[in-house]
Amino acid sequence: MTDVSHSGTGKTRRSVMQTLEIDTRLLGMIGAFVAIALAFQIWTGVRASAGGGFDPIGWLTNGRFLIPQNTYNIAVQTVSIAIMATGMVFIIVTRHIDLSVGSLLALCSAVMAMVQTQIMPHYLGLGLEHPLNAPVAVLAGIATGVLIGGFQGWLVGYQGIPSFIVTLGGLLIWSRVAYFVVGGQTIGPLDSTFLMLGGTNGTIGALASWVLGATGAAIAVWGIWAARRGKVGHGFAVKPVWAEVTLSAIAAAAILGFIALINATQIPPGRLTRIFAARGETVPEGYTEAFGLPISVILLLLVALAMTVIAVRTRFGRYIFATGGNPDAAALSGINTKLLTVKVFALMGGLCGLSAAVASARLSNHSLDLGQLDELRVIAAAVIGGTALAGGLGTIHGAILGALIMQALQSGMAMVGVDAPFQNIVVGVVLVLAVWIDIQYRKRSGVK
Amino acid sequence: MAGNTGAPLVDLRDIHISFGGIKAVDGVSLDLYPGEVVGLLGHNGAGKSTLIKCLSGAYQADSGEIYIDGQKADIQNPRDARAYNIETIYQTLALADNLDAAANLFLGRELTTALGFVDDARMEAETRKIMARLNPNFKKLKEPVSALSGGQRQSVAIARAVYFNARILIMDEPTAALGPQETQMVAELIQELKRQGLGIFLIDHDVHAVKQLCDRAAVMKNGQLIGVVKVDEVTEDDILAMIILGKKPEHLAA
Repeated sequence: MTDVSHSGTGKTRRSVMQTLEIDTRLLGMIGAFVAIALAFQIWTGVRASAGGGFDPIGWLTNGRFLIPQNTYNIAVQTVSIAIMATGMVFIIVTRHIDLSVGSLLALCSAVMAMVQTQIMPHYLGLGLEHPLNAPVAVLAGIATGVLIGGFQGWLVGYQGIPSFIVTLGGLLIWSRVAYFVVGGQTIGPLDSTFLMLGGTNGTIGALASWVLGATGAAIAVWGIWAARRGKVGHGFAVKPVWAEVTLSAIAAAAILGFIALINATQIPPGRLTRIFAARGETVPEGYTEAFGLPISVILLLLVALAMTVIAVRTRFGRYIFATGGNPDAAALSGINTKLLTVKVFALMGGLCGLSAAVASARLSNHSLDLGQLDELRVIAAAVIGGTALAGGLGTIHGAILGALIMQALQSGMAMVGVDAPFQNIVVGVVLVLAVWIDIQYRKRSGVK
Repeated sequence: MAGNTGAPLVDLRDIHISFGGIKAVDGVSLDLYPGEVVGLLGHNGAGKSTLIKCLSGAYQADSGEIYIDGQKADIQNPRDARAYNIETIYQTLALADNLDAAANLFLGRELTTALGFVDDARMEAETRKIMARLNPNFKKLKEPVSALSGGQRQSVAIARAVYFNARILIMDEPTAALGPQETQMVAELIQELKRQGLGIFLIDHDVHAVKQLCDRAAVMKNGQLIGVVKVDEVTEDDILAMIILGKKPEHLAA
């Protein structure tokens, strides 16, 4: 209960959490994620030390789930869904839904595949592996997404067709259009520069990762203190200094810890041999090298940053949330809610395009089933991350965490050998459970 | 009436609005002078809200003209209306429940930083200032307005009108959701704004309140204007008769 300060007595004791002003809902999600990770760690640990008796410490240390290689994989596998989930937050916040994202991803991927393997090399005569192939392909894919997303948004906003129907149609249409675009074939291999977007084929190395992490940590800490200065400037109440210091430390530790985890993943020896062989060298004795941050993960972080800034710092974002809270009020306040709908759907489409680049580059070809059922994963990630289907509520970081939780669940279950049908059952249960817990939390805390 | 010299602040001339063949507003002309409160009365569906929404930009009139300060005005949407310093307080309290008071007060007109980002700190500071004037008890600045009482929500809506220097204020049943004390607060505020020279259209069902607060009362029925009377010259029963019978009482008809 936070609304005690009504009468302004001000003597209410505040807990540490309240003083830090940490979002308890976010904390709950992080808790759930940690619980899932530990559960799989112990599960795999029990397997590894089979017959060793009751040895919890051994289970934890022998587990295979939290080893760097696996966390690295989970990070890479989460990117595609997470990028789209950030866009889905805006869609759901404005009281809409987009069922077409997986299908649209397939079409964007098909366009990108054709541009880099057919149009650029053959029709324009630039040849395969031309340096322009990858960037032009990516731009064409994103443009496809923006155009189709914007068109769907126009049907919803200006023509008044429910988004559920428009995008259900889109779900059926765009993946079939994709089928015709590629002539019903898997397209590959894709351009090698393009493949750098996929994960381990494009990483920036350990040193650059540390530099990026340190920069990020510095910016985060600077941001916390700049916000404090701003509040002091307007004479608002601020948190005690110890709370700001604690928050700064947590932020910096989280960022640098993440980099450390990423940098702990070594390039496998066989692959190292190939890399050196390509340069006409042999691997020196005892030489190891870390992948460092994958470009795809950096892309996700940039998308997350940009989308968060849009959500909380721009008029566009403010109008998205206002429209979700009360569409009539937003319209009466002079907000063009129809155009806003077009923009939100176009943004979602663009993110589908970006996500398509990551997804097809990770698989190193455009396959026909790419993006299948992605719409459900994306919506589930946004909803697990605290986005309310009634509109007006949702955060970007929540959606990304939601995507991470789902990926961790799936990856963990695959690792311990849960049958595929049962995996879906578990994910379904988790989805409903997450929303139920959220509803209970809101009832208890009085937050609407 | 004191201020009735010179051009009217608002002059609605022969406004027609129909929805699918139903004439919601049928040839209504009405004016409003500075420092005047004009009450709009009528049954539900009489066309009061529809008429007023073409002034606030929510609807466009099919035909007819709007003059503001004697100049022909072109109001296509709520943004245009705001440019003419027309502010509206809606019956449904047009607030976004999930946003805080400052975000609602500045909705559609956010203060921004040099880089074009919304300046929440400055908006909050401005909100504190205006709230200290309008409703000193208002403390919940950081919470979504869904956590506020009806009166507090209404003061956010009124603060919006006052902050942006409205000259023409439209109030659509501003006290419908309020308790007696809060209703009194709104009544006092209307008197205060009137003294400052605003012109106010007040839509209300309560004949008694209209008689107290308004200078003139306009009665509508079935989309048509039955008549405009000075409230000092009629009784509450006269006004009621106009609403129910749809014609001016005999002794006023001349």
